[in-house]
Amino acid sequence: MVKANERPARTRKGGVASHLGLENERLVELYRTMLASRLIQDRMFVLQRQGRAAFAITGQGHEAAQVGSAAALRPGTDWVIPYYRDVGVCLTMGMTAREIMLDFLARAEGPCSGGRQMPTHWSKRELNIVSGSSPVGTQILHAPGVAWASKVRKEKAVTAVYFGEGATSTGEFHEGLNFAAIHKLPVIFFCENNGYAISEASEKQMAVKHVADRAKGYNIEGIMMDGNDLIAVYQNMAWAAEECRGGRGPKLLEAKTYRIVPHSSDDDDRRYRSREELAEWMKKDPIDRTKRYLIEHDALTEEQDEAIRKEVEELVREAVDYALGQPMPEPETALEHVYAEEVS
Amino acid sequence: MTTITMPQLGESVSEGTILKWLKQEGDEVAIDESLCEIETEKVNAEMPSPYAGKIEKILVAEGETVKVGVPLIEIAVTGEAPAQKEAPAAEPQAAGQMAEERETFAGDGEKAAAAPAPAVEPKRESVGAAGTVQAWPPGQIRTNGAAGDRAKRYSPAVLRLAEEHKLDLAQIKGSGIGGRVTRKDVVKFVESGAPAQATPAPEAAPAPAEQAAGRVTAPREADELIKLSPTRRTIGERMRQSIVEQPQAWMMVEVDMTQLAKFRQAVKDQFRDREGVDLTFLPFIVKATVQGLKEHPILNSQWTPDGVLVKKDINIGVAVSTDEGLIVPVIKQADGKSIAGLAHEIAELARKARNRKLALDDVTGGTFTVDNTGAFGSIASAPIVNPPQAAILSSELVVKRPIVQDDDSIAVRHMMNMCISFDHRVVDGADIGGFMRTVKERLQAYGPETPLY
Amino acid sequence: MAERSVIEAVRDGMSEMMTADDRIFVLGEDVQEGGVFRATEGFLDKFGPQRVLDTPLAEASIVGVAIGAALNGLRPIAEIQFADFIHPAMDQILSEASRLRYRSVGDWNCPLVIRTPWGGGIHGALYHSQSIESIYAHIPGLKVVTPAFPEDFKGMIKSAIEDPDPVLFLEHKKLYRSIKTEVPDEDYRTPIGPAVVRREGEDVTVFAYGLMLHESLTAAETLAGEGISAEVVDLRSLRPLDKETILNSAKKTGKILVVYEDNLTGGFGAEISAIIAQEAFEYLDAPIVRLAGPDIPTMPYAPPLEHFYMPDAEKISAALRELAAY
Repeated sequence: MVKANERPARTRKGGVASHLGLENERLVELYRTMLASRLIQDRMFVLQRQGRAAFAITGQGHEAAQVGSAAALRPGTDWVIPYYRDVGVCLTMGMTAREIMLDFLARAEGPCSGGRQMPTHWSKRELNIVSGSSPVGTQILHAPGVAWASKVRKEKAVTAVYFGEGATSTGEFHEGLNFAAIHKLPVIFFCENNGYAISEASEKQMAVKHVADRAKGYNIEGIMMDGNDLIAVYQNMAWAAEECRGGRGPKLLEAKTYRIVPHSSDDDDRRYRSREELAEWMKKDPIDRTKRYLIEHDALTEEQDEAIRKEVEELVREAVDYALGQPMPEPETALEHVYAEEVS
Repeated sequence: MTTITMPQLGESVSEGTILKWLKQEGDEVAIDESLCEIETEKVNAEMPSPYAGKIEKILVAEGETVKVGVPLIEIAVTGEAPAQKEAPAAEPQAAGQMAEERETFAGDGEKAAAAPAPAVEPKRESVGAAGTVQAWPPGQIRTNGAAGDRAKRYSPAVLRLAEEHKLDLAQIKGSGIGGRVTRKDVVKFVESGAPAQATPAPEAAPAPAEQAAGRVTAPREADELIKLSPTRRTIGERMRQSIVEQPQAWMMVEVDMTQLAKFRQAVKDQFRDREGVDLTFLPFIVKATVQGLKEHPILNSQWTPDGVLVKKDINIGVAVSTDEGLIVPVIKQADGKSIAGLAHEIAELARKARNRKLALDDVTGGTFTVDNTGAFGSIASAPIVNPPQAAILSSELVVKRPIVQDDDSIAVRHMMNMCISFDHRVVDGADIGGFMRTVKERLQAYGPETPLY
Repeated sequence: MAERSVIEAVRDGMSEMMTADDRIFVLGEDVQEGGVFRATEGFLDKFGPQRVLDTPLAEASIVGVAIGAALNGLRPIAEIQFADFIHPAMDQILSEASRLRYRSVGDWNCPLVIRTPWGGGIHGALYHSQSIESIYAHIPGLKVVTPAFPEDFKGMIKSAIEDPDPVLFLEHKKLYRSIKTEVPDEDYRTPIGPAVVRREGEDVTVFAYGLMLHESLTAAETLAGEGISAEVVDLRSLRPLDKETILNSAKKTGKILVVYEDNLTGGFGAEISAIIAQEAFEYLDAPIVRLAGPDIPTMPYAPPLEHFYMPDAEKISAALRELAAY
């Protein structure tokens, strides 16, 4: 059943989100995480342009979708299988700015891959953040496997797997949803639909209007939501997680959003989308929007916002300085960790 | 008479059990009429008769299990049996896995048919000519030159054995193809006690390193083989290269370190409090070495085919012992550094070396090496030059010894030996003597006047 | 000691491990029903549907789901019905399972066994006969084994299940029921890695694995009657590869035949040849010879075509005679 446009019951005008379990303090914390995510990614591009990193691939504009969804999960209990744009997901699940910068700058101490993978290929076992690769969509199949193990052990853990709408064209997307649906596994398939798979607009990826429409084919529920609305995303994700924990099977969630930066540091998005379109979406920037909402509802003042911004800027600056001061891996360590013990 | 054999009822199925005969001897059977029920591990099935005729003989009893291809029943076929051409090439068959199944699907009833196979000429040569076939026509092993001309085409094994036993291969009669001398021919020749080559072995050709060092003895059970770490392997290769390529000579001088020892004693606590690192003899030795190299730049060089390349930068490698083995991090442009600066850099490089944090840049570009072997208690050592550098200096343990002074009195002095190994192609003893004198004088001159910064 | 077939040895090995450790489960197509080769016969009754999981007909998901389960503490044994059908799962094997440990600097690992029947000689034609070992043995991070005797099948499946890294367990389907030998009664392991000399010889060495190992042993027996002494080495494990045993035997005889069922060009035997050429050159007394399938799509169906493709004892004997005479 597609419930597009039906389920995201908006918070009432003038109301606060405490009825969703989001007290003001928590909302401000999420806003702060969104801001950190934004500034970290902005800094990544700067570092790349300075020649300190070979590559940057980010997701500015996705902050509400990422932070809002991850906020409904329980770090260390639930499982997260992110894709490369998910700085906001990883921050919300407990990764630190320092850790992100260490990996971004290919430092030996980086928890994700210690300089082995390209930047933003997340991993941290103690947080149940699964290591990811670069081929699009391969991670989708791991989700039903992780969830199968949780189900067999009768744990109430939810597995959230993230991907862009481009990944929904892969066979893995089909096979993953099919498997999870057959066994009613506690998986949330979370699509961050920013309208473009690199340069290809959605019309070139699919004949359906919404990714959520595809849920029908698996006899599961698909929810489409405004991905730039922090509270709407949180609400839908919290609902999906409860459904999963209740044994009612997987959900397909689609957050409509927009990437306000090029696909990567190697991409020039002016070739495939207009500046006018970008300007339209900049007006819906999830960070400005969340800030306005918080101020309107007396959860935040301009002065507090200024202080948060300073604090986050300092956090990012410190993270970059720290990471730059750490060594890259020793050349010969390239031979390590192919197998549990070295074999010829 | 036509024999029907056990069919292969599934992939990987190699045998079947006759559950029940549905026809008995003497019965008439029509084509496709069931003959028996067969059970296998994978499937159970009835076997339809491929022929019409009379059952002459049942060869396998109910309940019996036989391999695929084993005859089950004989039928006297009435009318014409369906014509089937046999597959080409009925060759003698080896007893391997594949053997019984080559012409037909094993046990499909055709193989044992009495009638001779229609003559179909094997057509293998058409593919064989393309050269990709594994059907193994003779001559697959390619040889150069005409057959019969191989008596002197020696294999690597034969050449090696000939060299080891100093044999004249012309004396050995070859049993291989075209008279080729085989490895076994050589082994037999040696075992028969045949005389070694009469003429003396040619002098030239220095033996490879491995042989010079003696062949590795076969390991016994109790022996332990320590696998080579990448560091160990690099050290091995570099040291071998050094000894093989460089004719190295050695010299030792002794240095009176008394004045420096007293000076160091006086300032070292303060230095550590202020700088956070220990003030050892080593930065002084490096500093004095740098002075020596400035005055004798020919030692800051390397041998090249075009000439001796004198390096402008003075980059001093300092040997550091780690768990992995010896590593030589490099103090870049050491001539621009103070004693305090050197002390810091030595401490930092040693720390990185022990924590395996050295970057490639930290261990490359050295132009001269100092090895503080005194740290291991050594009073004299013969270090091996770190190629392509031209020399390596070792500083030995500082020990108190009675020394006859200029005025013939005897005094207790802090003495240190200083050794140098050098590439004799690059420099001669006189240059080295001059250099060692400079370093020695510098070290003996260090005292309260010496600026640390 | 009891006599067991290859398929029984695999089944016994899995069953004993699953009885002892409830993290272990099998998944694949038709496994509840016992599997098309009956490897999991009786498992559903014994272990229940949660540990004997029938999957949709989609190989990428069989391996991908198994990877996820392995990451979350289970010990999956994925069955790919035929090796010929494994390729849709290649991205999962190559890009994911084999690299998880490396790319996370040892933070994650992927204890996963992928079992699959390979090889020809059973009238399986192009898509039920292929050899896939050279493709997968090329991948660091993955282990690839090719046992030939029931004892090794049982001992190695147990080692594979216990291995903390992914293992591709290749079962030659022609051996399943044609080879029956004694298997020890006790709970033992055959380590993954070491090769074994199955027959000692002096004149020439044959390196083989899987079905070809048995064909080579038959050939060696034939040649013994002709006064040619052939040594036969069972490689068993292709990655890791036991270079020491390979080089020792190569140095001993100096004449090398490498037999493999795969297409000649770029087959795994090429790697064996290269190792010997590089590390035992001075011991060679003849060219290293490869005997393999021709470079045609593996392998045609009609018996004469199939036979033409397959190396066998007869062809091996012919090659050995030629090498011995060289």
